[in-house]
Amino acid sequence: MQVPAQFEYEKATSVAHALTLLTRYAPGARILAGGHSLIPMMKLRLAQPEVLVDINGIKGLRYIERADGELRIGALASHADLLASPEAGEHFTILHDAERVIADPVVREWGTIGGSLCQADPSEDLSAAFAALKGSMVINGPDGSREVSARAFHTGPYETVVGPAEMLTEIRLPVRPGSGSAYLKVMRRAGDWPIGAAGAAVWLADGLIADVGIGLTAVGASHFVAAEAEEFLLGRAPADEAFAQAGEIAAAHCNPASDQRGPAEYKRHLVRELTARVLRTAVARAGGPAHAPVPSPSLRPRS
Amino acid sequence: MKITVTVNGTDHARVVEPRLLLIHFLRDDLGLTGSHWGCDTSNCGACVVWLDEAPVKSCTVLAVMADGRRVTTVEGLAAGGALDPVQEAFAECHGLQCGFCTPAMMMTARWLLDNNPDPTAAEVREAISGQVCRCTGYENIVRSVLRAAKHDSGAAGAVPGLRPGEGAAIGGVEGLPCFPGGTPHDLGGPRGDHSPGGGTA
Repeated sequence: MQVPAQFEYEKATSVAHALTLLTRYAPGARILAGGHSLIPMMKLRLAQPEVLVDINGIKGLRYIERADGELRIGALASHADLLASPEAGEHFTILHDAERVIADPVVREWGTIGGSLCQADPSEDLSAAFAALKGSMVINGPDGSREVSARAFHTGPYETVVGPAEMLTEIRLPVRPGSGSAYLKVMRRAGDWPIGAAGAAVWLADGLIADVGIGLTAVGASHFVAAEAEEFLLGRAPADEAFAQAGEIAAAHCNPASDQRGPAEYKRHLVRELTARVLRTAVARAGGPAHAPVPSPSLRPRS
Repeated sequence: MKITVTVNGTDHARVVEPRLLLIHFLRDDLGLTGSHWGCDTSNCGACVVWLDEAPVKSCTVLAVMADGRRVTTVEGLAAGGALDPVQEAFAECHGLQCGFCTPAMMMTARWLLDNNPDPTAAEVREAISGQVCRCTGYENIVRSVLRAAKHDSGAAGAVPGLRPGEGAAIGGVEGLPCFPGGTPHDLGGPRGDHSPGGGTA
Protein backbone atom coordinates (compact mmCIF):
# COMPACT_ATOMS: atom_id res chain seq x y z
CA MET A 1 0.00 0.00 0.00
CA GLN A 2 1.47 3.32 -1.11
CA VAL A 3 0.67 6.31 1.09
CA PRO A 4 2.50 9.65 1.28
CA ALA A 5 4.51 10.53 4.38
CA GLN A 6 2.84 12.90 6.83
CA PHE A 7 2.48 16.55 5.87
CA GLU A 8 0.51 19.66 6.83
CA TYR A 9 -2.26 20.76 4.48
CA GLU A 10 -3.28 24.35 3.76
CA LYS A 11 -5.94 25.62 1.39
CA ALA A 12 -5.08 28.86 -0.40
CA THR A 13 -7.97 31.15 -1.24
CA SER A 14 -6.10 33.61 -3.47
CA VAL A 15 -2.73 34.00 -5.18
CA ALA A 16 -1.70 36.44 -2.43
CA HIS A 17 -2.75 33.94 0.23
CA ALA A 18 -0.83 31.16 -1.50
CA LEU A 19 2.30 33.34 -1.63
CA THR A 20 1.93 34.15 2.08
CA LEU A 21 1.69 30.45 2.91
CA LEU A 22 4.64 29.57 0.66
CA THR A 23 6.74 32.31 2.26
CA ARG A 24 5.80 31.12 5.74
CA TYR A 25 6.70 27.48 5.06
CA ALA A 26 9.51 27.84 2.47
CA PRO A 27 11.44 25.81 1.51
CA GLY A 28 9.43 22.89 2.89
CA ALA A 29 6.18 23.70 1.07
CA ARG A 30 4.95 22.51 -2.32
CA ILE A 31 1.99 23.74 -4.32
CA LEU A 32 -0.74 21.14 -4.86
CA ALA A 33 -2.73 21.60 -8.08
CA GLY A 34 -4.10 18.51 -9.87
CA GLY A 35 -1.75 16.35 -7.85
CA HIS A 36 -1.45 13.75 -10.57
CA SER A 37 2.34 13.94 -10.66
CA LEU A 38 3.07 15.15 -7.14
CA ILE A 39 0.94 12.63 -5.20
CA PRO A 40 2.47 9.58 -6.96
CA MET A 41 5.93 11.03 -6.27
CA MET A 42 5.02 11.57 -2.62
CA LYS A 43 3.91 7.94 -2.36
CA LEU A 44 7.35 6.88 -3.55
CA ARG A 45 9.10 9.44 -1.26
CA LEU A 46 10.63 11.03 -4.36
CA ALA A 47 8.96 14.16 -3.01
CA GLN A 48 8.44 14.70 0.69
CA PRO A 49 7.10 18.21 1.33
CA GLU A 50 6.34 19.23 4.90
CA VAL A 51 3.40 21.36 3.80
CA LEU A 52 1.08 21.17 0.81
CA VAL A 53 -0.53 24.44 -0.30
CA ASP A 54 -3.67 23.45 -2.22
CA ILE A 55 -4.40 26.11 -4.86
CA ASN A 56 -7.48 24.42 -6.37
CA GLY A 57 -9.77 26.78 -4.47
CA ILE A 58 -8.25 29.92 -6.03
CA LYS A 59 -10.81 31.53 -8.29
CA GLY A 60 -9.65 33.04 -11.55
CA LEU A 61 -6.66 30.83 -12.33
CA ARG A 62 -8.54 28.46 -14.65
CA TYR A 63 -8.97 30.13 -18.02
CA ILE A 64 -7.82 30.11 -21.64
CA GLU A 65 -8.36 33.48 -23.30
CA ARG A 66 -7.17 35.75 -26.07
CA ALA A 67 -5.74 39.14 -25.01
CA ASP A 68 -3.29 41.63 -26.51
CA GLY A 69 -2.35 39.38 -29.43
CA GLU A 70 -1.61 36.46 -27.11
CA LEU A 71 -3.28 33.29 -25.99
CA ARG A 72 -3.19 33.28 -22.20
CA ILE A 73 -3.54 30.07 -20.24
CA GLY A 74 -4.22 30.19 -16.50
CA ALA A 75 -2.04 27.87 -14.44
CA LEU A 76 -5.08 25.90 -13.20
CA ALA A 77 -6.45 25.22 -16.70
CA SER A 78 -6.61 21.46 -17.12
CA HIS A 79 -5.27 19.35 -19.96
CA ALA A 80 -8.91 18.73 -20.92
CA ASP A 81 -9.54 22.50 -21.01
CA LEU A 82 -6.64 22.99 -23.40
CA LEU A 83 -7.77 20.12 -25.62
CA ALA A 84 -11.29 21.57 -25.70
CA SER A 85 -10.13 25.12 -26.52
CA PRO A 86 -10.95 26.10 -30.12
CA GLU A 87 -8.52 29.03 -29.92
CA ALA A 88 -5.67 26.74 -28.93
CA GLY A 89 -6.60 24.34 -31.72
CA GLU A 90 -6.79 27.08 -34.33
CA HIS A 91 -3.58 28.94 -33.56
CA PHE A 92 -1.45 26.31 -31.84
CA THR A 93 -2.35 22.91 -33.29
CA ILE A 94 0.76 21.48 -31.62
CA LEU A 95 -1.03 21.81 -28.27
CA HIS A 96 -3.97 19.69 -29.40
CA ASP A 97 -1.61 17.14 -30.99
CA ALA A 98 0.24 16.89 -27.67
CA GLU A 99 -2.81 16.86 -25.42
CA ARG A 100 -4.37 13.97 -27.34
CA VAL A 101 -1.45 11.77 -26.26
CA ILE A 102 -0.91 13.05 -22.71
CA ALA A 103 -2.05 10.42 -20.19
CA ASP A 104 -5.73 9.50 -20.67
CA PRO A 105 -9.07 11.36 -20.68
CA VAL A 106 -9.69 10.85 -16.94
CA VAL A 107 -6.25 12.10 -15.93
CA ARG A 108 -6.56 15.01 -18.36
CA GLU A 109 -9.61 16.22 -16.43
CA TRP A 110 -7.48 16.83 -13.32
CA GLY A 111 -3.89 17.39 -14.40
CA THR A 112 -3.18 21.11 -14.82
CA ILE A 113 -1.02 22.96 -17.33
CA GLY A 114 0.80 24.90 -14.61
CA GLY A 115 1.36 21.78 -12.56
CA SER A 116 2.81 19.86 -15.50
CA LEU A 117 5.27 22.66 -16.29
CA CYS A 118 6.35 23.13 -12.67
CA GLN A 119 6.76 19.40 -12.17
CA ALA A 120 9.33 19.71 -14.99
CA ASP A 121 9.48 16.02 -15.73
CA PRO A 122 11.96 15.54 -18.60
CA SER A 123 9.37 13.32 -20.29
CA GLU A 124 6.52 15.83 -19.96
CA ASP A 125 5.15 16.86 -23.38
CA LEU A 126 3.99 20.46 -22.90
CA SER A 127 7.43 21.80 -21.96
CA ALA A 128 8.71 20.99 -25.46
CA ALA A 129 5.50 22.28 -27.06
CA PHE A 130 5.68 25.65 -25.29
CA ALA A 131 9.42 25.86 -26.03
CA ALA A 132 8.69 25.27 -29.74
CA LEU A 133 6.02 28.00 -29.65
CA LYS A 134 8.45 30.40 -27.93
CA GLY A 135 5.93 31.19 -25.23
CA SER A 136 6.55 32.70 -21.84
CA MET A 137 5.57 32.05 -18.24
CA VAL A 138 4.31 34.56 -15.69
CA ILE A 139 5.64 33.91 -12.20
CA ASN A 140 4.23 35.66 -9.14
CA GLY A 141 6.24 36.22 -5.97
CA PRO A 142 6.22 38.35 -2.84
CA ASP A 143 7.79 41.23 -4.79
CA GLY A 144 5.43 41.15 -7.76
CA SER A 145 5.39 39.25 -11.03
CA ARG A 146 7.98 38.51 -13.69
CA GLU A 147 7.79 37.00 -17.17
CA VAL A 148 10.25 34.29 -18.17
CA SER A 149 10.80 32.75 -21.59
CA ALA A 150 9.60 29.14 -21.87
CA ARG A 151 13.13 28.33 -22.96
CA ALA A 152 14.60 29.69 -19.73
CA PHE A 153 11.94 28.18 -17.46
CA HIS A 154 13.58 24.82 -16.82
CA THR A 155 16.91 24.58 -15.07
CA GLY A 156 17.17 20.79 -15.07
CA PRO A 157 15.15 17.63 -14.52
CA TYR A 158 12.35 18.45 -12.07
CA GLU A 159 13.80 21.94 -11.59
CA THR A 160 12.54 25.33 -12.75
CA VAL A 161 13.28 29.00 -12.10
CA VAL A 162 10.18 29.23 -9.89
CA GLY A 163 11.46 30.01 -6.38
CA PRO A 164 10.22 28.30 -3.21
CA ALA A 165 7.99 31.28 -2.36
CA GLU A 166 6.81 31.91 -5.94
CA MET A 167 4.12 30.43 -8.15
CA LEU A 168 3.49 30.14 -11.87
CA THR A 169 0.19 31.86 -12.69
CA GLU A 170 -0.04 32.13 -16.49
CA ILE A 171 1.42 30.89 -19.77
CA ARG A 172 1.48 33.33 -22.71
CA LEU A 173 1.72 32.44 -26.38
CA PRO A 174 2.05 35.15 -29.05
CA VAL A 175 -0.44 34.73 -31.92
CA ARG A 176 1.53 35.45 -35.10
CA PRO A 177 0.50 35.21 -38.76
CA GLY A 178 1.79 32.56 -41.17
CA SER A 179 2.27 29.96 -38.50
CA GLY A 180 1.73 26.23 -38.31
CA SER A 181 2.70 23.67 -35.69
CA ALA A 182 2.60 19.95 -34.93
CA TYR A 183 3.62 17.38 -32.31
CA LEU A 184 4.36 13.67 -32.63
CA LYS A 185 5.08 11.20 -29.85
CA VAL A 186 6.09 7.54 -29.91
CA MET A 187 5.09 5.60 -26.82
CA ARG A 188 4.86 1.98 -25.76
CA ARG A 189 1.14 2.02 -25.07
CA ALA A 190 -1.76 4.47 -24.83
CA GLY A 191 -1.25 7.06 -22.10
CA ASP A 192 2.41 6.26 -21.48
CA TRP A 193 5.33 8.64 -21.23
CA PRO A 194 7.11 9.08 -24.57
CA ILE A 195 10.03 6.98 -25.76
CA GLY A 196 10.73 10.14 -27.72
CA ALA A 197 8.68 13.03 -29.06
CA ALA A 198 9.15 16.13 -31.17
CA GLY A 199 7.19 19.29 -31.81
CA ALA A 200 7.68 22.06 -34.32
CA ALA A 201 6.30 25.53 -34.93
CA VAL A 202 7.12 27.44 -38.11
CA TRP A 203 6.38 30.98 -39.20
CA LEU A 204 6.53 31.50 -42.97
CA ALA A 205 7.07 34.79 -44.77
CA ASP A 206 7.63 35.26 -48.52
CA GLY A 207 7.85 31.50 -48.95
CA LEU A 208 10.74 31.15 -46.53
CA ILE A 209 11.07 30.02 -42.93
CA ALA A 210 11.09 33.34 -41.07
CA ASP A 211 11.11 31.75 -37.64
CA VAL A 212 11.03 28.20 -36.32
CA GLY A 213 10.87 26.43 -32.98
CA ILE A 214 11.67 22.74 -32.44
CA GLY A 215 10.95 21.08 -29.11
CA LEU A 216 12.15 17.62 -28.09
CA THR A 217 10.80 15.54 -25.21
CA ALA A 218 12.51 12.79 -23.19
CA VAL A 219 15.73 12.76 -25.21
CA GLY A 220 18.01 14.95 -23.11
CA ALA A 221 17.69 18.09 -25.23
CA SER A 222 18.88 21.20 -23.41
CA HIS A 223 15.81 23.23 -22.34
CA PHE A 224 13.70 20.82 -24.48
CA VAL A 225 14.96 22.63 -27.62
CA ALA A 226 16.82 21.59 -30.80
CA ALA A 227 18.54 24.94 -31.15
CA GLU A 228 21.11 23.89 -33.79
CA ALA A 229 18.41 22.49 -36.07
CA GLU A 230 16.40 25.71 -35.71
CA GLU A 231 19.45 27.76 -36.68
CA PHE A 232 19.98 25.60 -39.76
CA LEU A 233 16.39 26.14 -40.97
CA LEU A 234 16.17 29.92 -40.49
CA GLY A 235 15.77 31.73 -43.80
CA ARG A 236 15.62 28.51 -45.85
CA ALA A 237 12.84 27.42 -48.18
CA PRO A 238 10.64 24.78 -46.54
CA ALA A 239 11.44 21.51 -48.30
CA ASP A 240 11.77 17.84 -47.43
CA GLU A 241 15.56 17.85 -47.83
CA ALA A 242 15.87 20.69 -45.32
CA PHE A 243 13.52 18.94 -42.88
CA ALA A 244 15.58 15.73 -43.15
CA GLN A 245 18.78 17.65 -42.55
CA ALA A 246 17.22 19.39 -39.53
CA GLY A 247 16.29 15.94 -38.20
CA GLU A 248 19.89 14.79 -38.58
CA ILE A 249 21.15 17.85 -36.70
CA ALA A 250 18.57 17.47 -33.92
CA ALA A 251 19.49 13.78 -33.52
CA ALA A 252 23.19 14.59 -33.34
CA HIS A 253 22.79 17.26 -30.68
CA CYS A 254 20.31 15.64 -28.29
CA ASN A 255 21.50 13.37 -25.50
CA PRO A 256 19.09 10.49 -24.87
CA ALA A 257 19.72 7.85 -22.23
CA SER A 258 19.22 4.14 -22.69
CA ASP A 259 16.51 2.95 -20.34
CA GLN A 260 13.53 0.60 -20.12
CA ARG A 261 11.85 2.55 -22.91
CA GLY A 262 14.62 1.87 -25.39
CA PRO A 263 18.29 2.26 -26.30
CA ALA A 264 19.76 5.70 -26.95
CA GLU A 265 20.37 4.89 -30.62
CA TYR A 266 16.69 4.14 -31.17
CA LYS A 267 15.73 7.40 -29.48
CA ARG A 268 18.12 9.28 -31.76
CA HIS A 269 16.44 7.59 -34.70
CA LEU A 270 13.08 8.79 -33.41
CA VAL A 271 14.36 12.35 -33.09
CA ARG A 272 15.69 12.26 -36.66
CA GLU A 273 12.41 10.95 -38.07
CA LEU A 274 9.90 12.78 -35.86
CA THR A 275 11.63 16.15 -36.29
CA ALA A 276 11.40 15.87 -40.08
CA ARG A 277 7.76 14.77 -39.89
CA VAL A 278 6.57 17.51 -37.54
CA LEU A 279 8.35 20.15 -39.62
CA ARG A 280 6.59 18.88 -42.76
CA THR A 281 3.20 18.93 -41.02
CA ALA A 282 3.79 22.33 -39.43
CA VAL A 283 4.74 23.88 -42.79
CA ALA A 284 1.70 22.32 -44.47
CA ARG A 285 -0.53 23.71 -41.72
CA ALA A 286 1.09 27.12 -42.16
CA GLY A 287 -0.07 27.06 -45.77
CA GLY A 288 3.37 26.22 -47.10
CA PRO A 289 4.24 24.87 -50.56
CA ALA A 290 1.16 23.50 -52.29
CA HIS A 291 2.97 20.32 -53.27
CA ALA A 292 3.73 19.45 -49.66
CA PRO A 293 1.42 16.63 -48.63
CA VAL A 294 -0.45 17.06 -45.35
CA PRO A 295 0.56 13.97 -43.44
CA SER A 296 -1.45 12.47 -40.64
CA PRO A 297 -0.48 14.07 -37.36
CA SER A 298 -0.59 10.66 -35.76
CA LEU A 299 1.64 7.64 -36.21
CA ARG A 300 -1.31 5.31 -35.95
CA PRO A 301 -4.70 5.72 -37.53
CA ARG A 302 -7.36 7.27 -35.36
CA SER A 303 -10.77 6.47 -36.72
CA MET B 1 -8.44 17.66 9.82
CA LYS B 2 -12.23 17.69 9.67
CA ILE B 3 -13.78 17.28 6.25
CA THR B 4 -17.34 16.97 4.95
CA VAL B 5 -17.82 15.13 1.69
CA THR B 6 -21.16 14.56 -0.02
CA VAL B 7 -21.01 10.97 -1.24
CA ASN B 8 -23.87 9.74 -3.40
CA GLY B 9 -26.03 12.56 -2.04
CA THR B 10 -25.28 11.99 1.66
CA ASP B 11 -23.03 14.28 3.71
CA HIS B 12 -20.26 12.49 5.58
CA ALA B 13 -18.20 14.38 8.17
CA ARG B 14 -14.96 12.74 9.33
CA VAL B 15 -11.65 13.70 10.89
CA VAL B 16 -8.88 12.45 8.61
CA GLU B 17 -5.13 12.73 8.15
CA PRO B 18 -4.23 15.00 5.20
CA ARG B 19 -2.37 12.10 3.60
CA LEU B 20 -5.44 9.85 3.47
CA LEU B 21 -6.24 9.03 -0.16
CA LEU B 22 -9.81 9.36 -1.39
CA ILE B 23 -10.06 5.66 -2.32
CA HIS B 24 -9.21 4.62 1.26
CA PHE B 25 -11.62 7.22 2.68
CA LEU B 26 -14.41 5.72 0.59
CA ARG B 27 -13.58 2.09 1.26
CA ASP B 28 -12.27 2.11 4.83
CA ASP B 29 -13.97 5.12 6.47
CA LEU B 30 -17.33 4.92 4.69
CA GLY B 31 -17.44 1.20 3.86
CA LEU B 32 -18.15 1.85 0.18
CA THR B 33 -16.16 -1.02 -1.26
CA GLY B 34 -17.63 -0.85 -4.76
CA SER B 35 -14.71 1.35 -5.82
CA HIS B 36 -11.70 -0.88 -6.15
CA TRP B 37 -8.16 -0.22 -5.03
CA GLY B 38 -5.83 -1.55 -7.70
CA CYS B 39 -2.39 -0.45 -8.79
CA ASP B 40 -1.86 2.56 -6.50
CA THR B 41 -0.06 4.36 -9.34
CA SER B 42 -2.99 5.85 -11.32
CA ASN B 43 -2.31 3.43 -14.18
CA CYS B 44 -5.06 0.82 -13.81
CA GLY B 45 -8.08 3.05 -13.24
CA ALA B 46 -9.95 0.54 -11.03
CA CYS B 47 -10.54 3.31 -8.47
CA VAL B 48 -12.34 5.79 -10.75
CA VAL B 49 -15.17 7.70 -9.04
CA TRP B 50 -16.64 11.08 -9.83
CA LEU B 51 -15.45 14.19 -8.01
CA ASP B 52 -18.15 16.76 -8.73
CA GLU B 53 -18.89 16.31 -12.43
CA ALA B 54 -15.85 14.40 -13.70
CA PRO B 55 -14.25 11.00 -13.16
CA VAL B 56 -11.01 10.83 -11.19
CA LYS B 57 -8.60 8.09 -10.18
CA SER B 58 -9.28 8.21 -6.46
CA CYS B 59 -5.90 6.71 -5.49
CA THR B 60 -4.36 9.95 -6.75
CA VAL B 61 -6.57 12.41 -4.86
CA LEU B 62 -6.36 13.29 -1.18
CA ALA B 63 -9.57 12.95 0.79
CA VAL B 64 -9.05 16.51 2.02
CA MET B 65 -9.20 17.70 -1.61
CA ALA B 66 -12.78 16.41 -1.71
CA ASP B 67 -13.79 18.52 1.32
CA GLY B 68 -16.99 20.41 0.51
CA ARG B 69 -17.37 18.60 -2.82
CA ARG B 70 -19.56 15.84 -4.22
CA VAL B 71 -18.32 12.30 -4.85
CA THR B 72 -20.29 9.74 -6.81
CA THR B 73 -19.35 6.06 -6.62
CA VAL B 74 -20.76 3.00 -8.32
CA GLU B 75 -23.09 2.61 -5.34
CA GLY B 76 -24.72 5.86 -6.43
CA LEU B 77 -25.17 4.84 -10.05
CA ALA B 78 -28.50 3.09 -9.65
CA ALA B 79 -30.97 5.84 -8.81
CA GLY B 80 -34.04 4.89 -6.82
CA GLY B 81 -33.32 1.18 -7.05
CA ALA B 82 -33.40 1.07 -10.86
CA LEU B 83 -30.21 0.13 -12.65
CA ASP B 84 -28.53 2.83 -14.67
CA PRO B 85 -28.68 2.11 -18.42
CA VAL B 86 -24.91 1.58 -18.29
CA GLN B 87 -25.38 -1.14 -15.68
CA GLU B 88 -28.15 -2.75 -17.73
CA ALA B 89 -25.98 -2.73 -20.81
CA PHE B 90 -22.98 -4.29 -19.02
CA ALA B 91 -25.28 -7.06 -17.86
CA GLU B 92 -26.80 -7.59 -21.30
CA CYS B 93 -23.56 -7.51 -23.28
CA HIS B 94 -21.43 -9.50 -20.85
CA GLY B 95 -19.34 -6.41 -20.18
CA LEU B 96 -17.60 -8.00 -17.22
CA GLN B 97 -15.67 -11.14 -16.47
CA CYS B 98 -13.95 -11.04 -13.06
CA GLY B 99 -15.61 -7.68 -12.36
CA PHE B 100 -12.66 -5.93 -10.76
CA CYS B 101 -12.49 -3.12 -13.33
CA THR B 102 -16.26 -2.93 -13.83
CA PRO B 103 -17.37 -0.26 -11.32
CA ALA B 104 -14.76 2.16 -12.61
CA MET B 105 -15.48 1.30 -16.25
CA MET B 106 -19.15 2.07 -15.66
CA MET B 107 -18.41 5.39 -13.95
CA THR B 108 -16.29 6.50 -16.90
CA ALA B 109 -18.90 5.20 -19.34
CA ARG B 110 -21.63 7.22 -17.62
CA TRP B 111 -19.47 10.34 -17.87
CA LEU B 112 -18.71 9.72 -21.54
CA LEU B 113 -22.37 9.26 -22.43
CA ASP B 114 -23.43 12.34 -20.46
CA ASN B 115 -21.02 14.38 -22.58
CA ASN B 116 -21.26 12.43 -25.84
CA PRO B 117 -24.60 10.60 -26.05
CA ASP B 118 -23.81 8.85 -29.33
CA PRO B 119 -20.10 7.92 -29.27
CA THR B 120 -18.29 5.86 -31.88
CA ALA B 121 -16.48 2.69 -30.82
CA ALA B 122 -13.20 4.59 -31.17
CA GLU B 123 -14.45 7.29 -28.82
CA VAL B 124 -15.43 4.65 -26.26
CA ARG B 125 -11.95 3.10 -26.49
CA GLU B 126 -10.36 6.52 -26.04
CA ALA B 127 -12.53 7.25 -22.99
CA ILE B 128 -11.53 4.04 -21.19
CA SER B 129 -7.91 4.08 -22.41
CA GLY B 130 -6.68 4.90 -18.90
CA GLN B 131 -8.35 1.85 -17.40
CA VAL B 132 -7.19 -1.73 -17.52
CA CYS B 133 -9.32 -4.87 -17.84
CA ARG B 134 -6.90 -7.63 -16.96
CA CYS B 135 -9.37 -10.22 -18.25
CA THR B 136 -8.85 -8.35 -21.56
CA GLY B 137 -12.60 -8.16 -22.02
CA TYR B 138 -12.45 -4.87 -23.88
CA GLU B 139 -14.57 -5.91 -26.85
CA ASN B 140 -17.59 -6.54 -24.67
CA ILE B 141 -16.97 -3.44 -22.58
CA VAL B 142 -17.04 -1.32 -25.73
CA ARG B 143 -20.20 -3.13 -26.88
CA SER B 144 -21.78 -2.47 -23.48
CA VAL B 145 -21.09 1.25 -23.60
CA LEU B 146 -22.39 1.54 -27.14
CA ARG B 147 -25.52 -0.33 -26.13
CA ALA B 148 -25.94 1.88 -23.07
CA ALA B 149 -26.04 4.84 -25.46
CA LYS B 150 -29.03 3.19 -27.17
CA HIS B 151 -30.67 2.68 -23.77
CA ASP B 152 -30.13 6.34 -22.94
CA SER B 153 -31.81 7.42 -26.13
CA GLY B 154 -34.64 4.92 -25.61
CA ALA B 155 -33.73 3.12 -28.84
CA ALA B 156 -32.93 -0.16 -27.14
CA GLY B 157 -36.27 -0.47 -25.36
CA ALA B 158 -36.81 -2.10 -22.01
CA VAL B 159 -35.38 -5.45 -21.06
CA PRO B 160 -37.93 -6.73 -18.55
CA GLY B 161 -36.81 -9.14 -15.90
CA LEU B 162 -33.19 -9.22 -16.97
CA ARG B 163 -30.72 -10.12 -14.25
CA PRO B 164 -26.99 -9.53 -14.40
CA GLY B 165 -25.32 -12.17 -16.51
CA GLU B 166 -28.38 -13.13 -18.49
CA GLY B 167 -28.01 -10.55 -21.19
CA ALA B 168 -25.21 -12.19 -23.10
CA ALA B 169 -27.09 -15.44 -23.36
CA ILE B 170 -30.17 -13.63 -24.58
CA GLY B 171 -28.14 -11.92 -27.25
CA GLY B 172 -29.71 -8.51 -27.07
CA VAL B 173 -32.95 -6.90 -28.04
CA GLU B 174 -34.30 -7.40 -31.53
CA GLY B 175 -32.88 -4.84 -33.90
CA LEU B 176 -30.10 -3.77 -31.58
CA PRO B 177 -28.18 -6.90 -30.65
CA CYS B 178 -25.08 -6.76 -28.46
CA PHE B 179 -23.58 -9.41 -30.70
CA PRO B 180 -24.62 -9.00 -34.33
CA GLY B 181 -24.92 -12.44 -35.81
CA GLY B 182 -25.29 -14.27 -32.54
CA THR B 183 -24.09 -14.70 -28.98
CA PRO B 184 -20.39 -14.76 -28.07
CA HIS B 185 -20.58 -18.55 -28.12
CA ASP B 186 -21.64 -18.44 -31.74
CA LEU B 187 -18.80 -16.22 -32.81
CA GLY B 188 -16.26 -18.99 -32.74
CA GLY B 189 -13.83 -17.58 -30.22
CA PRO B 190 -11.76 -14.43 -30.03
CA ARG B 191 -11.19 -14.09 -33.77
CA GLY B 192 -14.90 -13.72 -34.29
CA ASP B 193 -14.93 -10.65 -32.06
CA HIS B 194 -13.15 -8.68 -34.73
CA SER B 195 -15.72 -9.24 -37.44
CA PRO B 196 -18.96 -7.55 -36.43
CA GLY B 197 -21.83 -9.29 -38.10
CA GLY B 198 -19.57 -12.10 -39.14
CA GLY B 199 -20.84 -14.72 -36.71
CA THR B 200 -21.98 -18.13 -37.69
CA ALA B 201 -25.55 -17.83 -36.51
